[in-house]
Amino acid sequence: MKIAEKFEELRENKESALIAYICAGDPDSHVTKSAVETLVEGGADIVELGLPFSDPIADGPTIQEASDRAIRKGMNPDKYFELVKSLSVKVPLICMTYYNIIHKYGIRSFVDSCIEARISGIIVPDLPIEESTELKQCCENNNIDLIHLISPITNDERLKKILNNSSGFLYLISQTGVTGSDSNIDSGLESLIKKIKKYTDTPVAVGFGISNLSQVRNIISYGADGVIAGSVFVKTIASGKNMEHELLQIAKELKMGTRHD
Amino acid sequence: MHTKKYGIYGGQFVPELLMPALEDLESEYNKFSKNPDFLKDLTYYLTDFAGRKTPLYYARNLSKKYGIKIYLKREDLVHGGAHKLNNTIGQALLAKYMGKKRIVAETGAGQHGTATSMAGATLELDTLIYMGSKDVKRQMTNVQRMKMLGSGVKAVETGSKTLKDAINEALRDWVTNIETTHYLIGSVVGPHPYPMIVRDFQSVIGNEVKKQILEKEGRFPDSIVACAGGGSNAIGIFYPFINENNVKLFAVEAGGNSMQVTDKAAMHSASMCSGEIGILHGACTKVLQNREGQILESHSISAGLDYSGVGPELAYFAENGRVSPCNVTDNEALNAFHELCFTEGIIPALESSHALAYVMKNAKSGLLGDLVVVNLSGRGDKDLNTVINITGDSYENC
Repeated sequence: MKIAEKFEELRENKESALIAYICAGDPDSHVTKSAVETLVEGGADIVELGLPFSDPIADGPTIQEASDRAIRKGMNPDKYFELVKSLSVKVPLICMTYYNIIHKYGIRSFVDSCIEARISGIIVPDLPIEESTELKQCCENNNIDLIHLISPITNDERLKKILNNSSGFLYLISQTGVTGSDSNIDSGLESLIKKIKKYTDTPVAVGFGISNLSQVRNIISYGADGVIAGSVFVKTIASGKNMEHELLQIAKELKMGTRHD
Repeated sequence: MHTKKYGIYGGQFVPELLMPALEDLESEYNKFSKNPDFLKDLTYYLTDFAGRKTPLYYARNLSKKYGIKIYLKREDLVHGGAHKLNNTIGQALLAKYMGKKRIVAETGAGQHGTATSMAGATLELDTLIYMGSKDVKRQMTNVQRMKMLGSGVKAVETGSKTLKDAINEALRDWVTNIETTHYLIGSVVGPHPYPMIVRDFQSVIGNEVKKQILEKEGRFPDSIVACAGGGSNAIGIFYPFINENNVKLFAVEAGGNSMQVTDKAAMHSASMCSGEIGILHGACTKVLQNREGQILESHSISAGLDYSGVGPELAYFAENGRVSPCNVTDNEALNAFHELCFTEGIIPALESSHALAYVMKNAKSGLLGDLVVVNLSGRGDKDLNTVINITGDSYENC
């Protein structure tokens, strides 16, 4: 399913998107598979599946540790695509990885493998717009969304450049920092979302440090089309206790905040 | 955009959050690097704080032994014991001029951390050093030095718990505290404009050599030899000679135990000699990686060369043939260390011992010509424990 179609469907149902991130292969492919199914059951509208890299500079300690565990257990691009192919969930899937992994695999081959695995979008947090021309072209030719990030300190000139190239959705970073930091969602975010929406129709989803219902409610009330939560799920998987039950509860709770009433 | 790259190398492969900071850093640097007050301050610190210029020393005994003229550029005499301060004082001053209150830096063995702490103390900047927890244990003396100089030292527990993870963590700190903080990177690595800024500050080495060798010999050397991990001392001495095509430039990498590589780690740190094109710490460069694109842990007897990547500009010069990358093993470096101690009365850093070893190995072949300058990038006091652990404390066999 295309990401745009999903957002369209959600809009008709008066909902915003819950986008759930977990790291593939942490602690192994089997657990990842059941975690993805559980998250979707709990209400995740889109699943972002991390393909781990040894040096993930945009991520905080939670996701770095998850990546280390997954790599140690042998997760790699080939196993990743195999795992994604084996998923039977009906929601759009997004591949999140760092540029060296794609570069090493070969840009065209990587995009080909994504198509084969029915991946709808790619997020590369260390690939700013200036460096993304080649991957962007390849994604466009193959109808895959390359999702760009925007931060609270992205200036207007950069913002326009990014918006002109946006597809799928825009990943708005809630604050300066890395994934999993304590978030203080404030009104600065509201005016930023309003500003972006003035320039573009592409949906805006907010991520980094999202872990509870009241944050989600606030973000949605500011006009965001979705929220992205990752570290909160990754921590739950790492703790291992009642994993499926816990994941289900957290996803359900966060999903509640995305329904407009 | 092309000015941000050296051929295909370099660039800015960083999170969006860093892009405004990098743009800002570049424009501020371009402004202040021409500002007379900044330059006056820089000269003041380099001269009377760091102790420049450093001598270009004609090593008589070594020259006699190998039958060619060997000069040592004495960066070991810079305050702190290595060339590192040339860069840290420059960047800390830049941070000050930019109105930043805080600097963060990564360190492997603690040399860059110490030099950053010195610059941070004298320029009254709040200083925090990230260091892999493995390195913290191995380099306790340097940890104490940094603390004594007033810096915070944060042990990094993620990944391989060494230099590359300390860089990751320093980048994360910078991303989080971007308004108040300058990230003071320690080598010619990372996203643009860092490789350029660090190169410029380290070029003081080569600029001095140019004048000194003309005074002493009336001509440029046939070759210049420097060790290369990230490559800041190498590019610093090479760069002013880059258009002097008769001067051969040799960048000696750490050949470690052997040139073998497993799926997780390399037994060496020779990224120019045997790495592949990849993206690490914000730049496209030569990196040690496995076939899946995971960065390999590197190895070297010398902590300062123990890095999985190399500065992008150096990778570029290696590719276009201007710089010849080469390597020597841990053992060869260790032997050179002892030889310089005995023959010249100078204890070299194990990093610089790699450059010395290459000269000793090739002096008689004619490869280096008759007149060679070696960048003696640091002193070896910091390495005594490492050396004693391997060699023991009796050197009769050397």
